[in-house]
Amino acid sequence: MPRIEEIAQELNTLIKSVNNIDYIEARLEAGQSCRLSYRGRSLETAAESSGAGGCIRVLNKGGWGFASFNRFDTLKSALERACDGARLAGKGRSQLAEIEPVITRAQPPKHNPLLINLRDKKALLDSYNETMWETANLSTSFIGYGDSFKKSYFINTEGSFIEQSRSDITLRLTAVAGKNGNVEQSGISLGSTGDFDQIKGLENEVRQIANKAVALLEAPRAKGGEYTIILDPILSGVFTHEAFGHLSEADFVYENARLRELMTLGKVFGPAELNIVDNGTIPNLRGTFAYDDEGVKSEKTYLIKDGELVGRLHSRETAAIMGEKPTGNARAMNYRNQPIVRMSNTYIEPGKASFEDMLSDIKEGIYVKNWYGGTTSMEMFTFSGGEAYMIRNGKLAELLKPVVLTGNVFTTLANIDAIGNDLEMNQGGGCGKNGQAPLPVSNGSPHIRIQKCLIGGS
Amino acid sequence: MENILQQALKKAEEAEVFAFTDEAVPVEFESNRLKSIQSKQSTVIALRIFKKGRVGYGLTTQPEEIEKLIDMAVETAEFGTHAKFELPQPQQYTPVKTYDPDIEKVTIEEMVGLGQSMIDAVIDYNPEIMCDAGVSRHSGHITILNSRGLEAHYRNSLFNLGLGGNLVRGTDMLFVGDGQSSARPILNARNIIQNVLQQLDWASEQAPVESKKMPVVFTPHGVESALIAPLASALNGKMVLEKASPLIDKIGHQVFNPALCLTDDASMDYQAGSAPFDDEGTATRITPLIENGVIKNFYYDLHTAAMAGTQSTGNGNRSGGSLPSPGINALTIQPGAASLKEMIADINEGLLVEHLMGAEQGNILGGEFSGNVLLGYKIENGTIKGRVKNTMVYGNVYSLLYNHLAAIGNDSRWVGGSLKTPSIYCSEIAVSSK
Repeated sequence: MPRIEEIAQELNTLIKSVNNIDYIEARLEAGQSCRLSYRGRSLETAAESSGAGGCIRVLNKGGWGFASFNRFDTLKSALERACDGARLAGKGRSQLAEIEPVITRAQPPKHNPLLINLRDKKALLDSYNETMWETANLSTSFIGYGDSFKKSYFINTEGSFIEQSRSDITLRLTAVAGKNGNVEQSGISLGSTGDFDQIKGLENEVRQIANKAVALLEAPRAKGGEYTIILDPILSGVFTHEAFGHLSEADFVYENARLRELMTLGKVFGPAELNIVDNGTIPNLRGTFAYDDEGVKSEKTYLIKDGELVGRLHSRETAAIMGEKPTGNARAMNYRNQPIVRMSNTYIEPGKASFEDMLSDIKEGIYVKNWYGGTTSMEMFTFSGGEAYMIRNGKLAELLKPVVLTGNVFTTLANIDAIGNDLEMNQGGGCGKNGQAPLPVSNGSPHIRIQKCLIGGS
Repeated sequence: MENILQQALKKAEEAEVFAFTDEAVPVEFESNRLKSIQSKQSTVIALRIFKKGRVGYGLTTQPEEIEKLIDMAVETAEFGTHAKFELPQPQQYTPVKTYDPDIEKVTIEEMVGLGQSMIDAVIDYNPEIMCDAGVSRHSGHITILNSRGLEAHYRNSLFNLGLGGNLVRGTDMLFVGDGQSSARPILNARNIIQNVLQQLDWASEQAPVESKKMPVVFTPHGVESALIAPLASALNGKMVLEKASPLIDKIGHQVFNPALCLTDDASMDYQAGSAPFDDEGTATRITPLIENGVIKNFYYDLHTAAMAGTQSTGNGNRSGGSLPSPGINALTIQPGAASLKEMIADINEGLLVEHLMGAEQGNILGGEFSGNVLLGYKIENGTIKGRVKNTMVYGNVYSLLYNHLAAIGNDSRWVGGSLKTPSIYCSEIAVSSK
């Protein structure tokens, strides 16, 4: 691995030698990752990669210049290019929320997945694949395992010098069944902050997804239309992240007067028992970090409290322009990208209802579990359940083929009429924004019930 | 590079080194103003080896870390998949233009000017719209060496223009946008501006929709966002090999309407998806995938082709530096005779869909798409009445593009860099709205 600490020291001197520029920061990273994937009965990919690089970001008169690089022998020219970019782009006034400079080496993660033998990783996945194929009638299956360890340095002209490291593990298992040209799939994804033990012991879950994929072949399709729906914690977590979380990222609203008005703090967005939080400080969650990619400490931020909009997620620039406090949510996928406003661990706080309470007074509705994915255009969202059941007369009824839900976030939040007492966090998946994906995040929720939700179908 | 190959061959039977470098200059506008000017340099070197008949793979960004690279490949080769294919021999490549030196001559000031011209045109139309825009130029170099004596390289360049606008009224948000890319500099933004202004014009009013089956025309962007993912995955040789594709055993069968022709073509000069050879050194070619509705070919990389007992079609793709797998080079759907105007005029009550959001989240392998109409318009009595909201479209490409394919447009264009498609008119699609 290149000696990035020495390079960070060298850059630290270099950026402080520049005159007539408002602000300069630099990040350096070195890391290694491993990937194993299976398709069908056999292992398909075993690959390892190692990488290092850095970037310099410069702010001058409100304009940003940015230079990223893998080569460390041309730091001066990278710095010049970033400064030139900022000088050319800047025509106004630089605004950055003030923070205390930080000099620290953050506690390294407890686990480093690179220290686990490739043979042991493969043995676990082999056993899951065997379990998967105990189910008859699968047409194929996918297993994707990835892990990484990364060390990074952040420095800026205000005197910060931060070293931190992160470990990450993700695992996705998918079973595919096919019959007469009809193909169905079922899967789970999970992850951890480098702890391999957390992805052990999943035999039951693996068996379930395989059986589910086969069962979906015979399942009827939901009739499209409006329903009362219950979301399980996984899908409700996706909903919270996609539909509401992205809306509370300040970079979308900070320079748009109409959106600022729409997202005025104090507005009522949901029922009084609705509380939504973004919290980058919870130990052992994939969205957790000590300092963001602008050197700001991570925080717990209430976005909705008692149904009312009370906060949003900020970078230093969006916080300064909106006159609010920075929240430590400026994150970059890696050194090739500028930090932008991102979520960390986002969830709905638990309420009081039990799952049975929610079911009991639904005459006809749909219970939607698990997820394929979700996307949003701020106002509108769509998200996909991996599995669904009809609800009839207060009871779960037949399995349905997967459903796609869509709606307007404002009416949907207002239509939440019950919040469960059973918060669960989901560690699988990652977030994409402006071409930066998949960023490690987690999201969670208790079961929630929503009135009048639109389900796509024939 | 040669050195890495020689070193690797001391530990492995076969070896292949793939390297690319890219230098990019993106200029970005946010909320109607110039936000950042960037310069990005990146290098990737990947080593694939065959050791004791198994494939090992390593990747690094640091050319001086040869030992580490070889160690990673050797370590993974212990568990890697069995090497059932041969690395390609030196071969003849059909020349295709992938690089234009003029791209390096475009100044940052010119790029800023292009971005500003797009934003000015939209604000001129409606000052309440907030725009993001991007102008970027890339130039890169791709090299492949292998132990069979293959040594090939080419340069490529890419110029991208993108424009997105949003208009907020209360809680209502309208999103419009378009983009264009080429290996040559695109020095005026006329087409993009014209398309975005057309979108704004059609979306200026809102129109209600009933939940029922109705005819739908997909614009080229609409085709991309709704129909391409199910088709591209079903034609992927890997999906076929794994029996996950519904098209298994369908070569030579009439699966789609005779009007539908779909080809993968990497041979068009200066197009973003073009290249003389794929990421494994196999010559690219023109591969008919669907011809007059009949399934003709699937697309393959070396490994998948060998497993399936066939030849690579030059579709070995290493997106994100991963091991090669079958990937699209550039898809083209053959245009038909109908103009967009004629297709719209033919509809009494229906939709024109420009962007279906989340369509790829459904059961793609089963041919399904289901998504929210992020940008689409209601058609009444042959004219566009306005933008639709809170509307979902659900369909299956196998029934839609067979039984319900009413017409294919004559308005072919590139969308997203690797798809050239006209508008497609379907006679009956399930629409849900509230």
